[in-house]
Amino acid sequence: MNCRSEVLEVSLEGRQVDEALLALLHTILLHRSTGKFHYKKEGTYSIGTVGTQDIDCDFIDFTFVRVSSDELDRVIRKAVAEFKDALGNSGSDGMGQISLEFYQKKKSRWPFSDECIPWEVWTIKVNVVNLANEQERQICREKVGEKLGEKVINIVEVINRHEYLPKMPTQSEVDNVFDTSLKDVQPYLYKITYQITDSLGTSVSTTMRRLIKDTLAL
Amino acid sequence: MDSDLSPQDRKDLDKFIKFFALKTVQVIVQARLGEKICTRSSSSPTGSDWFTLAIKDIPEVTHEAKKALAGQLPSIGRSMCVEISLKTSEGDSMELETWCLEMNEKCEKDIKVSYTVYTRLSLLLKSLLAITRVTPAYKLSRKQGHDYVILYRIYFGDVQLSGLGEGFQTVRVGIVGTPIGTLTLSCAYRTNLALMSSRRFERTGPIMGIIIDHFVERPLSNTALLHPCNYRAPVEEEGGAYAGVEDSQEVCTTSFSTSPPSQVEASPDPAAFTHSVSLFGTFMYLTMAVPGKEGGVPQVLLQPSHGTQADHGRAPSCPTADMPHQAPPSSCTFSKDDLLPMDLGTFYREFQNPPQLASLSIDISAQSMAEDLDSLPEKLAIYEKNIDEFDAFVDTLQ
Repeated sequence: MNCRSEVLEVSLEGRQVDEALLALLHTILLHRSTGKFHYKKEGTYSIGTVGTQDIDCDFIDFTFVRVSSDELDRVIRKAVAEFKDALGNSGSDGMGQISLEFYQKKKSRWPFSDECIPWEVWTIKVNVVNLANEQERQICREKVGEKLGEKVINIVEVINRHEYLPKMPTQSEVDNVFDTSLKDVQPYLYKITYQITDSLGTSVSTTMRRLIKDTLAL
Repeated sequence: MDSDLSPQDRKDLDKFIKFFALKTVQVIVQARLGEKICTRSSSSPTGSDWFTLAIKDIPEVTHEAKKALAGQLPSIGRSMCVEISLKTSEGDSMELETWCLEMNEKCEKDIKVSYTVYTRLSLLLKSLLAITRVTPAYKLSRKQGHDYVILYRIYFGDVQLSGLGEGFQTVRVGIVGTPIGTLTLSCAYRTNLALMSSRRFERTGPIMGIIIDHFVERPLSNTALLHPCNYRAPVEEEGGAYAGVEDSQEVCTTSFSTSPPSQVEASPDPAAFTHSVSLFGTFMYLTMAVPGKEGGVPQVLLQPSHGTQADHGRAPSCPTADMPHQAPPSSCTFSKDDLLPMDLGTFYREFQNPPQLASLSIDISAQSMAEDLDSLPEKLAIYEKNIDEFDAFVDTLQ
């Protein structure tokens, strides 16, 4: 199975980074989250209800919809904040990318660890620009809002191609497909990673480091 | 084509399409109410949330949608359309967008109705939630108020896009293949907002006030009715029937199977929303008591109606962005009870112009500054003489 990969690019001001990334990541997760599964006898299960809420951005003329789950929101905000800090501290002229990867776990026999097989990766490339005055900021506010709207349309278009989705799991395998740690909703298993592009154009990959560490930990 | 579909699957599919159409209308109209929408996730299935999404039903909107559908379903050549338009306080109107739910002939014969179609319809509703916040009409609807209102019209049949002006754009929300055809949900929206620019509407800052009158307009081209989008979700009454489900058999599917499909139908949630208040034609404040909420008495400024006088008004609801779960008010507060024995308009006028405190009023003609200073020694002598009395008074306070 080939992993589906989509890339979105945004140019924005520093103070817009959080909201823009939250808007896009939450839009994707809205489509990749279900209600909590409740398994019953005879192989049937029922699904809880997903609520939604509108979020107004403060620095962008934009409103996005996210899943009503404060737990999920905290996790995403933390990841975005880490990325933004890394972007700010790296001296990279404000370029980097954050990836939201959906994967399935494949159980392996001892001594090998479970394999994580990605089936969809969304990469958001961020380019931070500096603006000179308030007028430019106002224009940027509106323009970034329009751009985010276009990105949401792109996301929806990809989602609605109805390409590969993991098969609905049995109760014993649900943790191989879904993140069941949240109490109110159930997103597909996902991980968020980021890369910062330094001024020389080379990339420092936190994912690669983690992969090497995991392999050496066996 | 249909002979490959079992009677149960056909029945389920028709039910899914019907409720999908109704929920589509709800999502679109609620996105044009002019306020942020918030619903709560529930880890346990309720049995009343179609497509596992918490989308509340505004009864009037459901009623209008069912009236437009008239017992039929979107099918090949017969589309369900929701038209969103703007009407100014001066009576000018302009179509902003038209959402279309259409079906074409392309069938997916092997698709599982009870699971795949259902989950893809759920996904499509999520996409609709996202896209309704992205089209230009969303920002306009968030700023509706005194200068203009947003209206909706539901019709069934051929799609009419001529009112959107030249250069309108189309965005496809998504498609879902079924054994009887492919459902497509799309939006065509106006790009030329010339009426707006000539009227110089404010583009920044919210406009206070929500028009609550439920007036009816007849559009130029046909006899379908236009309705204001900023209708507020009505109040839940205890023991009321679930307004969104008329037939007790029409409950939503909440059970699925990891093996061959099997469904368990749950009973509908008896929660309901019914509420109405009288309409007042002048400015006034409306307060609604919200039981169980500390200090939760939201206030909404009502504006004069600009169109045809409403048959009956609708109460603004009290949700805010900080209230993910709406606790409905328990009763109408415009009742003539002993809490407010006077006419509300009189109360409002008195409230607006309260009498000034006597201690703050200064009769300038009586004394001048010089006279004040002259009388000071005399006053000080009196206070010194009565100092024991004053000390005794202070002691009683301690």
